Amino acid sequence: MTRNRFRFLIPLALAGLVATSCASDTGEGDAPAGNYPRAETLYTGGTQWGPPISWNPLDTGSYATGTVGLVYETLFLYEPQSGEYIPWLAESGEWTDDSTYELKLREGVEWSDGEAFTADDVVFTVEVGQIETSSYSNLWQWLESAEAVDDHTVEFTFSEANYAQWANWLYFNAIVPEHLWADRSDEEIITGANEDPVGTGAYAYETHDQDRQVWRKREDWWATEALDREVAPTYIVDVVNTSNEAALGQVLQGNIDMNNNFLPGVAQLVQGGYGVETYYPEEPYMLSANTAWLVPNTTREPMNDPEFRKALSASIDMDEIVNGVYGGIVTPADPTGLLPAWDDYIDTEVVEEYATPFDTDEAKSILEEAGYEDTDNDGLVETPNGDPIELSLIVPSGWTDWMEAARVISESATAAGINVTAEFPEFNALVDQRNSGDFDLVINNERQISNTPWTYYDYMFRLPVQESQTTVNFGRYENEEVWELVGELDRTPVEDTEAILEITGRLQQIHLEEMPIIPLWYNGLWSQTSNTVWTNWPSSETDNHYLPSTWRGYFQLGGILMLTELEPATGE
Amino acid sequence: MRKYFGRKIFVYALTFFAAVTINWMIPRFMPGDPVQSRLARASLSNPEASQAMRDYYNSVFGLDMPVWQQYLNFWGSLFKGDLGVSIWLFPTPVTEVIMDAVPYSLGLLLPAILLSWVIGNKFGAYAARSKWLDNTVLPVGYVLTATPYMWLALLLAWSLGIVGGFFPSSGAYSFALRPEFSWVFVSSLLEHWFLPFLSLFLVSLGGWAIGMRNMIIYELESEYANYLQALGAPRRLIRRYAFRNAMLPQLTGLAVQLGTVVAGALLTEIVFSYPGLGFLILQAIQNQDFFLLQGVFLFIVAGVLIANFIIDIVYVLVDPRTRIQMQGGAK
Repeated sequence: MTRNRFRFLIPLALAGLVATSCASDTGEGDAPAGNYPRAETLYTGGTQWGPPISWNPLDTGSYATGTVGLVYETLFLYEPQSGEYIPWLAESGEWTDDSTYELKLREGVEWSDGEAFTADDVVFTVEVGQIETSSYSNLWQWLESAEAVDDHTVEFTFSEANYAQWANWLYFNAIVPEHLWADRSDEEIITGANEDPVGTGAYAYETHDQDRQVWRKREDWWATEALDREVAPTYIVDVVNTSNEAALGQVLQGNIDMNNNFLPGVAQLVQGGYGVETYYPEEPYMLSANTAWLVPNTTREPMNDPEFRKALSASIDMDEIVNGVYGGIVTPADPTGLLPAWDDYIDTEVVEEYATPFDTDEAKSILEEAGYEDTDNDGLVETPNGDPIELSLIVPSGWTDWMEAARVISESATAAGINVTAEFPEFNALVDQRNSGDFDLVINNERQISNTPWTYYDYMFRLPVQESQTTVNFGRYENEEVWELVGELDRTPVEDTEAILEITGRLQQIHLEEMPIIPLWYNGLWSQTSNTVWTNWPSSETDNHYLPSTWRGYFQLGGILMLTELEPATGE
Repeated sequence: MRKYFGRKIFVYALTFFAAVTINWMIPRFMPGDPVQSRLARASLSNPEASQAMRDYYNSVFGLDMPVWQQYLNFWGSLFKGDLGVSIWLFPTPVTEVIMDAVPYSLGLLLPAILLSWVIGNKFGAYAARSKWLDNTVLPVGYVLTATPYMWLALLLAWSLGIVGGFFPSSGAYSFALRPEFSWVFVSSLLEHWFLPFLSLFLVSLGGWAIGMRNMIIYELESEYANYLQALGAPRRLIRRYAFRNAMLPQLTGLAVQLGTVVAGALLTEIVFSYPGLGFLILQAIQNQDFFLLQGVFLFIVAGVLIANFIIDIVYVLVDPRTRIQMQGGAK
């Protein structure tokens, strides 16, 4: 990608000196005159919070919106609404025995530079996991080898068949072209900017600037012929977020067709005739994307006591958070914390028996039974030893909805006699405290929806607890038995719903009895769409049910199919 | 002359050193670890990779070294013109990030500062002579100069941008365009530039107008003006002398004001989502991007110092007294 050199000069030239502007189009590059016709262009926003700087699909936290999904593609898609794995770059895949997985690749797929997509590309991409810093380096703890049997067949041999994780890997990770990447150094592969992305996907790089990323449709995308699917927009312009307020303005002015920011007061937008639509026309408006959890630090007193944690859980007035703080755009989480997409894996009998729903009196009586009493008559309980309890709940400063929710939690816990105060450190400071275990209570929602509840149980229970807990089990809850069960869940074939339910039921019982982490609410898959230029957006009212999101990791969850369902608005 | 500039340059060098050192220190005293929060944003699902990544980034950014060594390395690479690699926008070099933003900031600041100064001074000078202008310019000037940059920016964005729809309220140029020298593009650029420029321009304008008006009135009532009048000099001549004398404090004021205007531009850019240095500073702070923050501040400090230096020189040129003082053995 060549950057426009004179771009720098333009604002300078404007400093009162503009005169030379009559020169006709001396357009650099090959794009037609630099204008993206409105009727052929999809404007998106809500993913990118800084200038696009990387087009490396393996740098999962910082690639430009759409790098995975629009340009680089995955072997499968997973569609959470229907629970289906959709073969994508792969044509099919199956476990031939307990330790072998055979993958058949689609024929006739080409990289955008004209080379054919082959088994070598897949093998290369999987082997990237052997680099220590790769996001899937743990794959090689239980994968033994990946071999190309022929051009379109890959055979994987496992030392341990972690079905759930493998299914997750297959749809989550994008394949990169071996012929362009094989010569790169390890650092270049993992964190390089990859400034000339060559993918198999429906779009190719057009241009970017500090405040935007533009993709152009590839006419020869394989899926048009193979699956009879065509993406509707010729151009996709992804606008970089600066603030939620700016995003709101752009949505209201119809400059953004799909926005994935959290916009407070979206209920009024939808009802108020602003031409803004959401997945559901009424509450809760949004699909659920992840669960927000209250994480108690189980290494500290009194959070190391399951009874105390249960009492805390029972004290939280979720209705007040859902309606008061969010105005109904989120829903209270199931007592198990599993997302609605995983309803099949919830053991309702266990939930009925062990759940501790909101009930201040119940919270009080749990506390009393466990020996927490108000010995100094200040309305707040002390530990059984008589020590005062003063807990702080931290959420990042500036995350206004969470700050309000934290205040509600603090109030309702205090009503039950537990002294919780809400504190708002800077995000960076919070991460520090959270990772090093230097906190009492923290709210976290970093696990997104996926193909298997295993990812959630991994997040809750993963062992061993390390000095710095960077991604999972922030509460430092140690329970070998439950971690063993999580492993068992991983080793259960993903289609075997009954066997999975059997294990998740046991996990749920332990979770509810021990309450090492308290589910709060389902954060929405924030999505505001406009019908001015594009119609047939995903909605409970139409046939398009794919996830309406450009967030990283969501194109693989059907986001790309959503684009193929869009239709240009006709009429005025 | 040489002694005068020698001393000036020494003071500037000292200021530069101190400012840069402080800029280096402050972000490092902020709580939190930039690498950890970078990884937290990436939300890797694999703890082992996250640990390995952390070690890797720490060594790339040299954060695994003792602090004094980091400081020495910083000066070392600074003299080589290397500002390091941005943490937030890894792997983009800081210089590149800044060079992308600088044209936008300068494009706003230079015209806003210079035009507001020139026009503000003219206005103020006129106002001092005409009763009805004085009655209008003065109050309006007070209101403008007391307006916080951000508030005026919000007001303009809301009234002329969102409600009126005359100008776009965010961005640098239309999202439907590619940068090129065409009429469509340049006009789009101008449209987006106008509101942020206007808000900076207006706030500064009021201050200059009031300052000039007061100075002119003061000068017109001074001894030499009275004397000239008594000699029967034409009013125009007296005014010219008054104007020239009144200019001097305004020049000094300009030097002092520069820093504030840069800070004002920061807020203005954020309000209008204008991709200049202001937006970068905000992001760099939020992401604890030591290197980007250092780079941007270095740029601003250098810019303000250079501008002050130029004003020092101009001062010598316009004010004969300084010249004489320098030649006639200033003690």
